[in-house]
Amino acid sequence: MTEIDETVREFLVESMENLGHLDQELIALEERPDDPQVINHIFRIVHTIKGTCGFFEFKKLEAVSHVGENLLDSLRDRRIVVSQDIITALLSLSDALRTMLVNIEQSGAEGEELYEALRAQLAALNEVPGKKSSPPPAESSGTTAATAGATANGQGGSNQAFPSSEVDTSDELEKIFLAARDEFYAYSENTEQAQVAASTDPVASQSVSSPALSATLETKGPEATADRAPKAAIQSEGPKKSEIADSALRVDVTLLDKLMNLVGELVLARNQIIQFTKHQNDGAFVRTSQRLNLITSELQEGVMRTRMQPIANAWNKLPRIVRDMATLCGKKVLLEMEGKETELDKTIIEAIKDPLTHIIRNAVDHGIESPERRLAAGKRPEGTLSMHAFHEGGQVIIEIADDGAGMNVDLIKKKALDKGIVSEDRLSRMTEQEIHQIVFLPGFSTAEKVTNISGRGVGMDVVRSNIEKIGGTVDISSRFGQGTSFTIKIPLTLAIIPGLIVNAAGHRYAIPQVNLLELVRIEGEQLDTELEEVEGAMFYRLRGKLLPILHLRQELGLPPGNFESVETSVLNIVVVRADNHQFGLVVDAIYDTEEIVVKPLGKLLKGVASFAGATIMGDGRVALILDVAGIGRQAQINRGDTGGQADSDVDGESVEHQKRKLLIFEVNEEQRAAIPLEQVHRLEEFEAKRLERAAGRIVVQYRNGILPLIDLQEALGGDRPSYTDAVRAFVYQNGDSYVGFVVRRIVDIVEHEVNVQAHYRRPGLLGSAIIQGVVTDLVDLQALMDAAKLSATSTSEAACFA
Amino acid sequence: MLRLEETTETSRGAELQKSFAKQYVTFRVGKLFFGVDVAEVQEIIRYQALTPVPLAPSIVRGLVNLRGQIITAIDMRALLRMDSFPPDSTPMNVVIRAAGETVSFLVDGIGDVIDVDATTYEPTPPTVNPHVAKIIDGVFKLERQLLLIIKPDACLTINPLPGGA
Repeated sequence: MTEIDETVREFLVESMENLGHLDQELIALEERPDDPQVINHIFRIVHTIKGTCGFFEFKKLEAVSHVGENLLDSLRDRRIVVSQDIITALLSLSDALRTMLVNIEQSGAEGEELYEALRAQLAALNEVPGKKSSPPPAESSGTTAATAGATANGQGGSNQAFPSSEVDTSDELEKIFLAARDEFYAYSENTEQAQVAASTDPVASQSVSSPALSATLETKGPEATADRAPKAAIQSEGPKKSEIADSALRVDVTLLDKLMNLVGELVLARNQIIQFTKHQNDGAFVRTSQRLNLITSELQEGVMRTRMQPIANAWNKLPRIVRDMATLCGKKVLLEMEGKETELDKTIIEAIKDPLTHIIRNAVDHGIESPERRLAAGKRPEGTLSMHAFHEGGQVIIEIADDGAGMNVDLIKKKALDKGIVSEDRLSRMTEQEIHQIVFLPGFSTAEKVTNISGRGVGMDVVRSNIEKIGGTVDISSRFGQGTSFTIKIPLTLAIIPGLIVNAAGHRYAIPQVNLLELVRIEGEQLDTELEEVEGAMFYRLRGKLLPILHLRQELGLPPGNFESVETSVLNIVVVRADNHQFGLVVDAIYDTEEIVVKPLGKLLKGVASFAGATIMGDGRVALILDVAGIGRQAQINRGDTGGQADSDVDGESVEHQKRKLLIFEVNEEQRAAIPLEQVHRLEEFEAKRLERAAGRIVVQYRNGILPLIDLQEALGGDRPSYTDAVRAFVYQNGDSYVGFVVRRIVDIVEHEVNVQAHYRRPGLLGSAIIQGVVTDLVDLQALMDAAKLSATSTSEAACFA
Repeated sequence: MLRLEETTETSRGAELQKSFAKQYVTFRVGKLFFGVDVAEVQEIIRYQALTPVPLAPSIVRGLVNLRGQIITAIDMRALLRMDSFPPDSTPMNVVIRAAGETVSFLVDGIGDVIDVDATTYEPTPPTVNPHVAKIIDGVFKLERQLLLIIKPDACLTINPLPGGA
């Protein structure tokens, strides 16, 4: 990329900002075509851009904006009326300008495009029907008069017929103003002055050496009084403009970041001091610390606000996008936005721009039906897309709802199966809500055809991960035939968050409040009645729903606590939520909620999924911040089979897409199979003569016990092979006992993505997948054991396996 | 002639000295004696309260609060696959900038800051235990022992042992 000059950079920044405003105003103009203020504003924006790019010698930019300016000028003077075509053309103008600006940013030059077609179109739209026009009224402000004249001048007199007969005073003034302004631009060195000049014609100003001007001035001496009046009117506009310019300040974002960090440190130090004051009796010290406390809180709030911007900044491009999409899709969409002034941290605004755009596009493209379909369904032909933003409970909530077709559960199911994202088995067990969640899985899309905009199936999962990256959540809720709504929740601050402090195995951990749902305390009898165990996993009945329970100690690999072996009377459960999973986390003790400063973990610890960062507590000790989503995921992976949990959600299916460690073996010469490595206890090889029979089964003496053997080839529908010399098997731990599965040959242990295609369903198989380029069956060991009626039996000998 | 020899000696030494720091902070881990370029050492502090990190690689002993900064404390004995520190010991912290972050090495004892004679440098002998060889960049043959020169970045990029309770 070429080096850009500092002034050019400023020009680009300003102009991009202006183009943003331009788009907004153009949309506003569509709604209020007669509003002179809007037209004026648009004119000024284009005019400013034209002026400044002239200074930089961006000729193409100048040429294009010039034609636009002429058209806008005519609009301003009501010589032309706003029409749909005009607005579309002006939007194209905005696009053209933007493209050229981007080119300048990237390569220093405007690009090759001359935009002749656009210019011709804009010029054509500027044709006044009949070439007749009334002279500007004499009492109008000098500005209007001047610009009317300017149009004539600028276009080489194509349409303006100058009032023929008596030479008006105002007419001559036109010429003066016009000449003065043009001269002024030629000499202007300052973009700001050029702006000011646009509205304040500096008749009174300096070195204007146009001969026409001096001539006219000389001859119009007595009219000096006349031109003072318009001058006064013009100049009163001047100060108004600069007021707006002065009330805001451009600050480097890195400086603000630095301030935020410092404030974060201050908050920590303040927390520590507050700890000390708890043990202090000195009144003066306590009072001073209280003051420090208050000031720090206010400072924190204040610095946070410097980076806060209204969400309108992320929303302002949406009306245009909706309009374009609707036109493209042949639909009519009404966009309602509420809560534009809701404030968010700048980084959050940047992060949600893309997700919001995607959701909106989806809504228009797939959600809202065509006007015909809507009418047939008894709805109004225009669909409504409403966006609502507000603060609640330390979070920003953004609701995006449409009154479109809603989500078609059957279609989703079909697509999910077709793409192999979810197994049929799981689908049959899902609730409607869970099926809605499928759209968030990677690789999913129900678009019948992939359009330019959406339908490539890379959208919603990226939306969700982008939002989760900034600590937020996104939820979907839909009613078929009525509409769909998305709810995005984002925590208000990034670096300082409220967290619940808990204790496990003697150390403190912080749980971000954004993940916190409720706290449950179970004592005495309830421990028996309300806690349930299903297939080795613990559940708690929370208001009728089964909540999976995890023990924080266990999830962190810490030694188990007392309540597992001895009956203690109390269990503290923190109900948390992440990734749309809810679960309860059992902790030793719960303290209070504190404001904690999130510090990132070092390189070596980045891989530990259970932690999101660390913080310094009031007493100076470090405490780890739990990553609730990470803990949830880790727990599912450890348990291997996600089908066991009664309340598991769709997201569990994505585990099938992660790389898993697999043991691959040959069942027979033609058939390969695989099982998750975590199900393998040991790999063994026995001499054939060691095999014995017991209770109708083949067994082998194994480590002071009897190991029943299941021959996989036989179990999967083949013949039992004859065992000659060595028998290879892997041992599976089944509760307290062990079962051996005989295979022909162990092939490999790999880490591989498992993409289950449930094609040839046979008892004992979960499906097949392509692993290492070979079709490999995925064996369901549990099913095979059930079929062989091998239930878990524990003998004292088996215990020594452990 | 003597002068000529001297000149040759010093010019060779000067060349070597160009590539090696002149001063090293030294410390002991087990029976090994290590040195780190003085410019890379931020500070040396005594044993600090550690917060253990469950499930972390076993070379991470825990996290330390250093004046508001949270730094990872690396157990050098674990890194070198030696026996662990005795249970009641209080290893010293050598705080170092490595791979763009600040970490602390937990070591048995701190030695002096020494100047080395560049002529005594030798590249890492092949007989050195591979766990040690991975993190050092040559040795200096001191009077009574070998000074192993540590590459701090290498300590952070070693595949850590899988974590566990």
